[in-house]
Amino acid sequence: MEKELKVAALRNGTVIDHIPADKLFQVVSVLRLKYYNHPITIGNNFDSKRMGTKGIIKISDRFLEVNEASKIALIAPNARINIIKEYQVVEKRTLILGDEIYDVMHCANPVCITNHQPVPTKFLVIRDGNQIRLKCCYCEREVKQDEVKIKKN
Amino acid sequence: MNQSLVSITDYSKEEILSILSSARDFEANPNRKTLDGKVIATLFFEPSTRTRLSFETAVMRLGGSVIGFSDAATSSSAKGETLNDTIHMVSCYADAIVMRHPLEGAARYASEVSPVPIINAGDGANQHPSQTLLDLYSIQKTQGTLENLNICLVGDLKYGRTVHSLIQAMSHFNPSFKFIAPEELKMPEEYKTFCKNNNIPFTESCDLTDNFNDADILYMTRVQKERFQDLMEYERVKNVYTLKNEMLSNSKPNLKILHPLPRVNEIDMDVDKNEKAYYFKQAQNGLYVRQAIISKVLNIAINE
Repeated sequence: MEKELKVAALRNGTVIDHIPADKLFQVVSVLRLKYYNHPITIGNNFDSKRMGTKGIIKISDRFLEVNEASKIALIAPNARINIIKEYQVVEKRTLILGDEIYDVMHCANPVCITNHQPVPTKFLVIRDGNQIRLKCCYCEREVKQDEVKIKKN
Repeated sequence: MNQSLVSITDYSKEEILSILSSARDFEANPNRKTLDGKVIATLFFEPSTRTRLSFETAVMRLGGSVIGFSDAATSSSAKGETLNDTIHMVSCYADAIVMRHPLEGAARYASEVSPVPIINAGDGANQHPSQTLLDLYSIQKTQGTLENLNICLVGDLKYGRTVHSLIQAMSHFNPSFKFIAPEELKMPEEYKTFCKNNNIPFTESCDLTDNFNDADILYMTRVQKERFQDLMEYERVKNVYTLKNEMLSNSKPNLKILHPLPRVNEIDMDVDKNEKAYYFKQAQNGLYVRQAIISKVLNIAINE
């Protein structure tokens, strides 16, 4: 009920719901909301039947770009994205990580070229059962999803 | 899309076999004029005498010319030039670029920005495909086949790029592996998963003695000081495995000992006289394999 009210309060923009409570501030950080001038509502530790506690972010007048959605997909793959127009949910999205992600995260390998020269990173998404690994297209090293360091801009 | 060779996984089984077949032709006649008028750049941002001389000799024996540098301190990168700019500049002069770089992924990046083919001569601890192809050539030549061989890899299996690439390349030929390494330098999980996913049987051990009697190939590697973050760890493990001649008495008659060189103390000098020692011939094979690689990336027919 509470969620409905909050969603309805947003006229145009994006609601990111079902963010694990311990990932909320990481999502806030990678979306650079600190520097965003329109209204933002950030809530955390709400009760959730599905996940215990959850966080929610409502951003006015902003619709996520593909690489922003990829960032959220890496941090909180089960988050839900609702696009709001004129107080109505016009689109509900589940996050799907593409097969290749471009310039979204840092390579964990300190001697990878992407950490030393102005080279945008590129990773292949490898699905191995339930686990996702990301393979750097340059240095060919793999990282696990929970070890990922997301770029902040 | 140019024809760069960055990683051994860039080549299919057929391409690998075709390189080995060309290398055989070059071994029969290494002096040709097929690169007449061509200029090949050798950019060594990190010193490597052996690999550089091998590539340069390969070019010169085919009648081509070489430009480049053998030390980043004397190149424009010392002034802060990006790799992107260096590659663009050199590609104005050269038909192909052979490069070694200390940063991993440097060759892949160069191949994306370069209008001419890049041949990776080593990018940090990542890939060194010409070494892998000469290893395959040496294995095929000494065993008569690449199929169904039992290969024992010894030494630094954690940081040793040659062994990682060898596993990837041999995966086309139904091998079985034995990994012998100290605990600190064990084969990374990622390559063991690769073996499992490709149905390649392997066993692991920490003990070199009497452990390779069923092997067809004994591939020794050097524990490289420069790959260690922690020098204490290097001191602990550097002298763990030394192959001695008497250890070979129960090995198979067709066994050959390979080593990417340079060796330090992992193979005793007394092994050199044993006919199973193949590492110096292996280095010589590198010349023919590199002639084959250069010809392939430039689309040059090998017959005059």
